[in-house]
Amino acid sequence: MSAPLDLPKWADTVLVPAISVVAAFLVAGLVVLGIGENPLSATRYLIQGSLGTGEGLGFTLFYMTDFIFVGLAVAVAYHAGLFNIGGEGQATLAGLGIALVLNNLTFLPGFLLIPLGILGAAAFGAAWAAVPGYLQAKRGSHIVITTIMFNWLASVLIVYLLVNVLREPQSMNPETRAFPEAANIPFMHDVFAAFGIEIPASQLNLTLVLALAASYFVWLLIYRSRLGYAIRVVGSNPTAAVYAGISPARIIVIAMVISGALAGGLAVNELMGYQHRLLLEFTSGYGFVGIAVALMGRAHPVGIILASLLFGILYQGGAELAFEQPAITRDMVVVIGGIIILFAGALDGLFRRAVAHLFTRQKLARV
Amino acid sequence: MELGNLVAIFDSALRLSIPLLAACLAGLWSERSGVVDIGLEGKMLVAAFAAAAAAYAFGSAWIGLIAGIGASVVFGLIHGFASISQRGNQIVSGVAINMLAAGLTAIVGNAWYSQGGRTPPLEGAQRFGDVIFGHSALVYVVLLAVPLTWFVLGRTRFGLRLRAVGENPAAVDTAGISVTGLRYTAVVIGGVLCGIGGTYLSVGQSAGFLNNMTAGKGFIALAALIFAKWRAWPALGACILFGLLDAIAIRLQGISLPGIGEVPVQAIQALPYLMTVILLAGVIGKAIPPRAAGVPYVKER
Repeated sequence: MSAPLDLPKWADTVLVPAISVVAAFLVAGLVVLGIGENPLSATRYLIQGSLGTGEGLGFTLFYMTDFIFVGLAVAVAYHAGLFNIGGEGQATLAGLGIALVLNNLTFLPGFLLIPLGILGAAAFGAAWAAVPGYLQAKRGSHIVITTIMFNWLASVLIVYLLVNVLREPQSMNPETRAFPEAANIPFMHDVFAAFGIEIPASQLNLTLVLALAASYFVWLLIYRSRLGYAIRVVGSNPTAAVYAGISPARIIVIAMVISGALAGGLAVNELMGYQHRLLLEFTSGYGFVGIAVALMGRAHPVGIILASLLFGILYQGGAELAFEQPAITRDMVVVIGGIIILFAGALDGLFRRAVAHLFTRQKLARV
Repeated sequence: MELGNLVAIFDSALRLSIPLLAACLAGLWSERSGVVDIGLEGKMLVAAFAAAAAAYAFGSAWIGLIAGIGASVVFGLIHGFASISQRGNQIVSGVAINMLAAGLTAIVGNAWYSQGGRTPPLEGAQRFGDVIFGHSALVYVVLLAVPLTWFVLGRTRFGLRLRAVGENPAAVDTAGISVTGLRYTAVVIGGVLCGIGGTYLSVGQSAGFLNNMTAGKGFIALAALIFAKWRAWPALGACILFGLLDAIAIRLQGISLPGIGEVPVQAIQALPYLMTVILLAGVIGKAIPPRAAGVPYVKER
């Protein structure tokens, strides 16, 4: 690049991502126009369906919980200079961990079962991420390729286990028996009801609190801890890290372990919070949405929460929209996700340069 | 097993390996020039959709092929623009391509045909019929691409330059050859090949487009590419091997083998991924990608 791009911090962290999101929505609007539908009424249904009713808002926050976890997972690895696109596989394995813990320890009371289930999710997700991390650190195999392969391995493994091993003998569906009731993470409407406050019922459960706590933990880790500093040094300059006495190999494995454990949160929300059993394809491609979330949120927990809210709105609103305007299926959200990844990730320089150009002109004008 | 069975298995292995081979060679061209391409899956998917839609609309498989190639090249150029001109992250761009393709084909397919993302069934001239030995023309086109790739990359001046751009772009630039031009050429060739592969899926092998019909073939092709260490003839071998595994997995479904018992299909399905991970880990042999793959070229530095 000829000249370093001199951007004020707010422009870099807020303006550029905002422009890419607006651009993504414009393109998405063109797609809606292209299939002969009205983008304006689509937007109205989208917002009404996701924020307009208490129930809709609950679902929006439920999806947001999923995206916070996968977004944080991508972000932690990203700070270490790693591209973890294995969120799908890690969350799938985390689901297996939950099922193994909960359905084998049915005799335990809920206050032990729930933390143990969450730990099971984190441990299995972490283990599934640790192997690609180790292979990258010690054997030099590219983490992108290995995490892709591990996604497919996970999906093949879970099909095998659910069809042949874990399925209930009487059941035709490839899913485990229901988890013990004590292990269900309480729904938010039940929690509020216990305090005498009535809110509309939805899938939203207490995992949202866990997601927000995880965001705070990641912020502490990345920006306020020695380990986080080491992670960022390895991410921005591995050679400098070696000179500073940091072992990049060790940091890479640790970052992947944390990343995989965070991806496991998706399984906690979906399985312990809502489905209450392990079933096929519960990750529904959210692992890839995590990439969009992390890129849009600039790998910062606050940005990730905001980006997750946006995607929560899209997913919930998209479901309502598909009901009102059947031509616009929920796949529209995948399209928007793809465009956001393209604009906020790969074409980032385009908007950055444009904004930088504007700022330099302004500065020159003032002189 | 009888001879007839064996022939049937190899026949279906060939069928199954053709889309892998097309995508694998596409990845080979792209990555040999220094542009990492994990968007093979997405490009095949848009090609499959565009081909089926055009073949249905115009009643000709060949027009379908042109549309398939066109759609795939457009997506290739988006990837090229992001990773070559804008020097963006090639992995991110590839992920975006895959998501865009999955979403767009589903939504447009649903809006046009209202059949849950399918295109109407193709018949007669809308499909590629069998030409020789029960295989369609596309099979031979893809097979022919192997020696062609080998020859052009290994034996021509253009191929030498293209490989050089994937190893040491600065040297190529110093010699007065356009790095950008070569990489765009490679990306377009990759787009054409993915287009043929996708068209084969929907207009050759099947009779129409199904939602997400590539089902991970682009990623197996990526595995095959690593397995073949980014070379054309080994790519043929790797794709036929993976196609054979697939064919055997289909064949063995629910069959008990003497002495072993029933082999779970998933165990065979997992093999390509597992083998790639093991190979990349350097336990058996070593797969070294082109040196400049994934690194955007910055002229002044």
